[in-house]
Amino acid sequence: MRGITPYRQNYWDWRAAGNFMYGGTGSGLIVSSLLALAYGEPTLLHVLIGLVFMGTGLGLVWLEIGRPFRALNVFLHPQRSWMTREGFVATVAFGVGAAAMWFGHALLIAGTAALALLFLYCQAHILQASKGIPAWREPTLAPLIIATGLTEGVAASLALVSAAFTMTMVALVVLLTLRAWSWRRYRLASETGMPTAAARVLAAFSMPFLLLGHVLPLALLIADMALGNRYPALTYFAAVLAFGSGWTFKFMVVRYAAQTQGFAIIHRPARGPRGSGGEGVKPGWGS
Amino acid sequence: MTRYVMVADLRRCVGCQTCTAACRHINGTPPGVQWRRVLDMEIGVYPDVHRAFVPVGCQHCSDPPCLDVCPSTATRKRDDGIVTIDYDICIGCSYCAVACPYDARYKVSRAEFAYGGEGMANEQAVFDPRRINVATKCTFCVDRIDAGTAKGLTPGVDPEATPACVNSCIAQALHFGDIDDPDSNVSKLVRDNEHFRMHEELGTNPGFYYLWDAAGEEEK
Ligand code: SF4
Ligand code: SF4
Repeated sequence: MRGITPYRQNYWDWRAAGNFMYGGTGSGLIVSSLLALAYGEPTLLHVLIGLVFMGTGLGLVWLEIGRPFRALNVFLHPQRSWMTREGFVATVAFGVGAAAMWFGHALLIAGTAALALLFLYCQAHILQASKGIPAWREPTLAPLIIATGLTEGVAASLALVSAAFTMTMVALVVLLTLRAWSWRRYRLASETGMPTAAARVLAAFSMPFLLLGHVLPLALLIADMALGNRYPALTYFAAVLAFGSGWTFKFMVVRYAAQTQGFAIIHRPARGPRGSGGEGVKPGWGS
Repeated sequence: MTRYVMVADLRRCVGCQTCTAACRHINGTPPGVQWRRVLDMEIGVYPDVHRAFVPVGCQHCSDPPCLDVCPSTATRKRDDGIVTIDYDICIGCSYCAVACPYDARYKVSRAEFAYGGEGMANEQAVFDPRRINVATKCTFCVDRIDAGTAKGLTPGVDPEATPACVNSCIAQALHFGDIDDPDSNVSKLVRDNEHFRMHEELGTNPGFYYLWDAAGEEEK
């Protein structure tokens, strides 16, 4: 039974989390094809795997909705709904991406990458528009979602490049740094702008995420760079950590930090003919 | 313009949950689904502890986040401020449920009745299979309002045009009416009493006013 204090939402389960995990990595992978493109390397696999990932994420959402045979109604509200916008951008991305794979034209690949970035932007704003979940509506989450999607995509792309390998490593170093900084901002915001239970989840997640998801992969990448790329296993391990920590983070945010707003009264009511009102209460927040 | 709102006098509510029962009876909501709830809130620390009974439900926000996010346009706002859900369009994505800061929305995946089986007569009478696997919430008894106003009745004044929870309240703690009409019952109540709206800081412009003291008596 729903209570007064914030509780962990159950409307969006692992399937919704999967959309952010697959969608973020997929779109990040397609964006990372620009690096391969700059080095004249093939980008077919970036685009193909990226689109398959995006499609898998959307497929998981389709499995979650209550009326799957009405799914096309998702396209009816582009004026205001980020979910509709995500659907439109994905549809166009699939079309342009298919053309890019068929013709291999640089402009089409760049266009698909731009659409993938837009898709990631929509995903970030889907969460931010969820005003009922303080951990999602927190504005610093949107850049973090974008940063982690790009980080995962670039990490995954290391398995697909050769000439662009070093540049992709550099990009991963930059993105990991950016993601760590975005996480720090989000974490700090959680201390005042979230229910206690959500802030606790984020606090417990913080140190392992920073150490295993950022410090260790950065150290491995820098070590491999310093050693002249003689130990690519170090870089691949760093990529696995960057990728895995990103997925863990998104699963944690969607499933475990997702406490509802709860209820609050600003004033307690006056009771009885001589009673007076007083301070209200906001259960589950602060302390 | 008209904007229908609910006023809950927290000084009067005794937490009897008659409104909850009336809502469930008239709307036939399944077990676990309470479009009108009454929270029992504890305030303070021993020995200075107080209780407040707080009716909640859809606040029929003027800037409803549930409407903004709804990808199918199933959630809409009428000209009189009532936020509705079109069960024939809704895809059951629950985006509105996570967008609502008032925990007002529900989604059930199968037909269920209070005592199992085929349900009681009142449940059968209002059972609507379109409400399975889509979002539902308090409607402000919009059908009663529309039927009542069509007969020239005034919502909030004439019981036939007034939400069931308001009609049933044993303490006259719940009131309903048009806040845009300065002479309406709700406008007078809000004018004559100290009041607040919940989670106003989130920019939802909720249509639910909570009275907590007589006007100008804050320093009593
Ligand atoms: S209370 Fe929730 S469901 Fe009702 S209008 Fe506001 S945001 Fe929408
Ligand atoms: S569950 Fe229905 S009403 Fe709610 S956002 Fe989805 S389509 Fe709209």
